[in-house]
Amino acid sequence: MEVVVYILKKLITLVPTFFGITIISFTVMHLAPGEPMAIQANFNPKMTPEMRQRLRAQYGLDKPLYVQYLKWLKGLLTLDLGRSFSPDRRPVWEKIKERLPVTLLINLLSIILILVVAVPLGVAAAVRHNSLFDHLTTVLVYVGYAAPSFWIALLCMILFGIKLEWLPISGLHSLLGYSGMSPWEKVLDWARHLVLPVAVSAVGGLAGLSRYTKSSMLEVLGQDYITTARAKGLPERKVIYKHALRNALLPLITILGLSVPGLIGGSVIFESLFAIPGVGQLMWTSVMARDYPVLMGNLVIVAVLTLLGNLLADIGYALADPRIRTGISRDEGSRP
Amino acid sequence: MALVVLFSVLTILFGPGPLLADEAKGPVNGDTIVVGSIGDASILIPMLATDATSHEIAGLIFNGLVKYDKDLNLIGDLAKSWDISKDRLTITFHLRHGVKWEDGVEFTARDCLFGFHLITDPNTPTAYSGDFKEVKRAYAPDPYTFVVVYKEPFAPALSSWGDIVILPEHILKGKPITKTNFGRHPVGLGPFRLKEWKTQERIVLKANPTYFEGRPYLDQYIMRIIPDPATMFLELKSGGLDWMGLNPIQYRRQTNTIFFRENFRKYKYLSFSYTYLGYNLKDPLFKDKRVRQAISYAIDKNEIVRGVLLGLGVPQTGPYKPDAWYYNPNVRRYPYDPERARELLREAGWIDHDGDGWIDKAGKRFTFTAITNQGNPLRERTAEIIQWRLKQVGIEMKIRTIEWTAFINDFIDKRRFQAVILGWTTGQDPDIYDIWHSSKTGPKELNFIGYKNKELDRLLVEGRRTFDKKKREKIYWRIQEILAEDQPYTFLYCPMSLPIIHKRFHGIKPAPSGITYNFIRWWVPKDEQKYIMP
Repeated sequence: MEVVVYILKKLITLVPTFFGITIISFTVMHLAPGEPMAIQANFNPKMTPEMRQRLRAQYGLDKPLYVQYLKWLKGLLTLDLGRSFSPDRRPVWEKIKERLPVTLLINLLSIILILVVAVPLGVAAAVRHNSLFDHLTTVLVYVGYAAPSFWIALLCMILFGIKLEWLPISGLHSLLGYSGMSPWEKVLDWARHLVLPVAVSAVGGLAGLSRYTKSSMLEVLGQDYITTARAKGLPERKVIYKHALRNALLPLITILGLSVPGLIGGSVIFESLFAIPGVGQLMWTSVMARDYPVLMGNLVIVAVLTLLGNLLADIGYALADPRIRTGISRDEGSRP
Repeated sequence: MALVVLFSVLTILFGPGPLLADEAKGPVNGDTIVVGSIGDASILIPMLATDATSHEIAGLIFNGLVKYDKDLNLIGDLAKSWDISKDRLTITFHLRHGVKWEDGVEFTARDCLFGFHLITDPNTPTAYSGDFKEVKRAYAPDPYTFVVVYKEPFAPALSSWGDIVILPEHILKGKPITKTNFGRHPVGLGPFRLKEWKTQERIVLKANPTYFEGRPYLDQYIMRIIPDPATMFLELKSGGLDWMGLNPIQYRRQTNTIFFRENFRKYKYLSFSYTYLGYNLKDPLFKDKRVRQAISYAIDKNEIVRGVLLGLGVPQTGPYKPDAWYYNPNVRRYPYDPERARELLREAGWIDHDGDGWIDKAGKRFTFTAITNQGNPLRERTAEIIQWRLKQVGIEMKIRTIEWTAFINDFIDKRRFQAVILGWTTGQDPDIYDIWHSSKTGPKELNFIGYKNKELDRLLVEGRRTFDKKKREKIYWRIQEILAEDQPYTFLYCPMSLPIIHKRFHGIKPAPSGITYNFIRWWVPKDEQKYIMP
């Protein structure tokens, strides 16, 4: 019950936050110089002034900003994100929708890869604190973190794509014959294309998570109950993985929660480098073209996910750590 | 970025290419060409598209009434021929018989009329209606005749009937053009048909077996969208691409290995564009013609071509491409001559009075800021070379690079600049009224430097009213003389297009219009074909 009330309270505070985000985004976006019309019409001698005015009217750009916002908001409430300002005039949701699966897939795989590598790495480093292994992994993950990812990506492309010819350089499918493949071959084809983008994007994320795991593990290992567990004669494996790790993972919930919006955020750099048709590229081109509806549509999704991610992290915390829940009930303790 | 003169982007033009007598076995059908592109197409309805990629693809799917041949002459396409009335106001197109849309319906004058009504419809968000405002009336007396009557004689009119206007009436009639899915699933009548379009990934076209000029030899055309130039080059190296445009460094330094010599052929031809240094003529500094001429003398254009383009371009002398039929090779030139520059500046009153190395007049140093857009390293390097050369004659030039949209909106449109380094794309037609006529100096118009010359105004109008090629040539030669004398711009260079194409493709012959004019006649010998279609 306490948890439900807690969630409801959190949810209610999210609503004004959400609208605040949309208002600020909408305003800031229109502060950037130029408007979509300008991009299409710039330096085009066949573009007549009347046509320019007419297009502005079609896009609703001739109205005051607050009217434009309210119109957009009205659309949002009916779950209509509007149509793109680019010449294709496609519905915004359709444009975002076709890009989402790829971005989600790559980011999920990369988060999983990060978790699978970084957590054991952090634990091992904590257990062998100040050993050669600890120092070596620290240096390595920081090199991965510090090295520009586009550079690593290009080096990998040259090595695996051109020198060794093991992997394709860019794209998502083989150029020809993909439709004629059996399902298993299709999966393999996808996998071959995804190895580099997923691996390279994970490299940069290793440092953060493995360091968090390590420091929180170190803290836990110094606690009394670990000493107790050891004193009971439990095997070291059990002490570490059952007693220590569980508690050490608590802070990771927040980090994972915060990475939820990143799932669809995509990365312009990766997507451009590996020629992956994801959300990041859509955002980038929309910014350059001042395609307000697509930008707003995307921002709404990111905002919702960010808020959801925060909420999930809060809930996860509340569920995992009784201290947080009891903290709430103590506040309301006067009313039995 | 540059001026998008309509036909400059429609560079994919087709003609019955020269028969390949030099090829022993003769052309055969088959194989696929894989082309790399930085950006995806946006919409495949030519009159709504504004980007080069869309026009490139749409140009393979649609045809116009007329087109340019390899030497930039207008020839018939869907129109067999045309007549121009004595008063030069009426153009009568005689259309080909038996041309079929992809769905088998015959192409007729009704499609022309429909396209015309659509492009002039105020609700059609097209950027190309300008040329069609001059039309008083259009009608189709019979299915194979299409007549257009103009308010005044208008020579560029003929070229405006290229592939942006013709659309299938039987499919689009009565549907709002902005809401159909025709732009993603076009039905055309050109040499290729759309087979698959994966957003931001690739566009696959297949040969149209019933194309009226005969099917293209190649089975398929695949455009892969690879936004990163470095990746694109790696893809080329790994065999994932057959055709991409190189930059000068790649052309000169990175494609001379045995691998490239064995597998690829490089081409170079002058592109339809040029880069210039333009002066805001409202600025008192640049009012005096002698000052502008002096700057032109002070800049070594050959040095810029060598340093910035690695020699892959030519110095520009006027607003036209040097191999166009209307190019005047005899205009006043401004070879690098710093002495001459100093002399002219002295005549104009600019002397280094205080001996600090900078010239001055009435106590004010000659200093100005040249702006250019961000993200074009060639222009930024050009600016630096100019800065260094001008310093040698005592002029201080500052450089400022600005993000494109802000550059246009806050600086060019508001005329808040002293000098600008920018480029224009040039069209196939010599008409340059929009850039140089004194009536085009208004807000958002293209004569943003504020150039006004009565004689030039008259000639520009006359050039638009004249259809005869010889007479037009005379007019445009004079226009080039005036611009060369006045130097409202210092014309800098014309870069080359540097495509690299896999060796297995035969029949490619560079011409003034580029290499794509005979694309449907490119072919691959049977034993070299790479992508075998089932």
